Amino acid sequence: MSFAIPLNDVLFTAAKILFAVVGVGLNIAGFLGWVERKQSAVMQDRIGANRASIFGVTLLGLFHPIADAIKLLTKEDFVPKGARGPLHGLAPMISLGCAMFCLAALPYGGAVQFSGRAWDLQPIALSMGVPLVLAALAFGVHGIVMAGYASGSNYGLLGALRGAAQMIAYEVCLASSLAGILFIYGTLDFQEAVLWQASRGLWGIAVQPLAFFLFLTAGAAVTKRAPFDLPEGESEIVGYHIEYSGMKFGMFMMTDFFESIVICGVITALFLGGWAIPGLDLQAMGALGGLLMVASFVGKMMLLLFLLMQLRWTLPRFRFDQLLDLGWKNLLPLSLLNFIATAWVVYLWR
Amino acid sequence: MAITVRAVARPARTFATQIYLVEVWRGLAVTFRHLFVNLFRHAMKALGIRGFLPGSVTIQYPEDPAVLGKRARTRHRLLKRDDGAPRCTACLLCETICPAKCIRITAENAPDVAVEKRAKTFDIDLGMCVFCGYCVEACPVDAIHMDADDVELSSYSRQDMIWNMPELLGDKTKVPSGPA
Repeated sequence: MSFAIPLNDVLFTAAKILFAVVGVGLNIAGFLGWVERKQSAVMQDRIGANRASIFGVTLLGLFHPIADAIKLLTKEDFVPKGARGPLHGLAPMISLGCAMFCLAALPYGGAVQFSGRAWDLQPIALSMGVPLVLAALAFGVHGIVMAGYASGSNYGLLGALRGAAQMIAYEVCLASSLAGILFIYGTLDFQEAVLWQASRGLWGIAVQPLAFFLFLTAGAAVTKRAPFDLPEGESEIVGYHIEYSGMKFGMFMMTDFFESIVICGVITALFLGGWAIPGLDLQAMGALGGLLMVASFVGKMMLLLFLLMQLRWTLPRFRFDQLLDLGWKNLLPLSLLNFIATAWVVYLWR
Repeated sequence: MAITVRAVARPARTFATQIYLVEVWRGLAVTFRHLFVNLFRHAMKALGIRGFLPGSVTIQYPEDPAVLGKRARTRHRLLKRDDGAPRCTACLLCETICPAKCIRITAENAPDVAVEKRAKTFDIDLGMCVFCGYCVEACPVDAIHMDADDVELSSYSRQDMIWNMPELLGDKTKVPSGPA
């Protein structure tokens, strides 16, 4: 038995992770910055950001994310006097790092045969993928609490505490709403779940429609975006990142987008058939199948992001007690009921 | 007409509104309708097909002129009598009532004995003005109006914010200085 790992496997895994974090994560996050501005503008009868130009070419304002990045990178990195030094710098890294890990654990594609060997298109293939992603998402809240605590600002601390309470309330629903469908799939592996759906031609949303809506709601709450943006609450307390400037603030902004992408990716994998396209056997199609897998997965994810963005610009922010009521008194009992009912049905079916 | 009171019934909290999902759906229907209708109108404009309403109500301000209401309260303007002399009699009522203390008037004897007094200098510091319009209301001889329809008043120095009498009368154009 040999423990030596072939070099090209390491390189391929590194390339996959790079693709997930940079190719999918950073690109879509930047793109979402544009979508956020333009979509909200068009639905509110406005035009939206359209001034950033390169040699007079504005391209519908698509250069604004680039202008944002340049601005954030060149701004002064201001650390206030009362801040607790190392923690202040560590907080955005924890937030962003957790979100990045989640991105790399998503199944962008299955295994395809190409040039004489099988290529697994999932960057980090884990048999415990689902709980690990949920754990990493939950761990991201440490970054927020740390940021609020280390800022030495009451507003920051208030935002952090709100963030912690909200995360606890909704992480529970997030995990328990998935319990039913994972019970049916009989696996904690994203890839296995996608294969289950692909082999039967039956998507998770048809099997567990209630779980889909519960997870979508709880997921929207976990991304800390409106109508669940209590930790940020820019119109009242500005929130946990009030004492951050420059790219550290940018990292928190990116975390929000990354988490949206992750939530949409998890929904795609577990409820919308993952990379599968109905009527096509992608795993037998070689390199073309691999491309189609990634395109299909990212496409479904983008559609969900579009829906979340529309929700974000439609609904007003919840009051804090309404938010906790929704989480603890409505979503959690519903998701537990869903799980118990599923368990009974599966038991009786067998 | 007498003031009437119309009692508005408090909207009932039915089960449909309580579970919120129906209301979310209705809200989404509104925003999606706006999104797709506006996208269609933008697309028609981009393709050059006429006959559709504009996709947005935005006025692209620096390129398109600012649209001011007919009664908009804008920059001050000093008025003249029929013989071309300024109407101002330097009574200092505007200077007195001004809450921002932005008006400075020095008076002198007027050659016209019927008028007796006139303004030698009349300066308004628009950097201090709060655009309340009290000066217009206080003026007994209708010498000052705030209807110059000019809102682009910014300048590179505080000194440039002070408008003197010929500029307010419209006899001289204000020449702003460039960046320091």
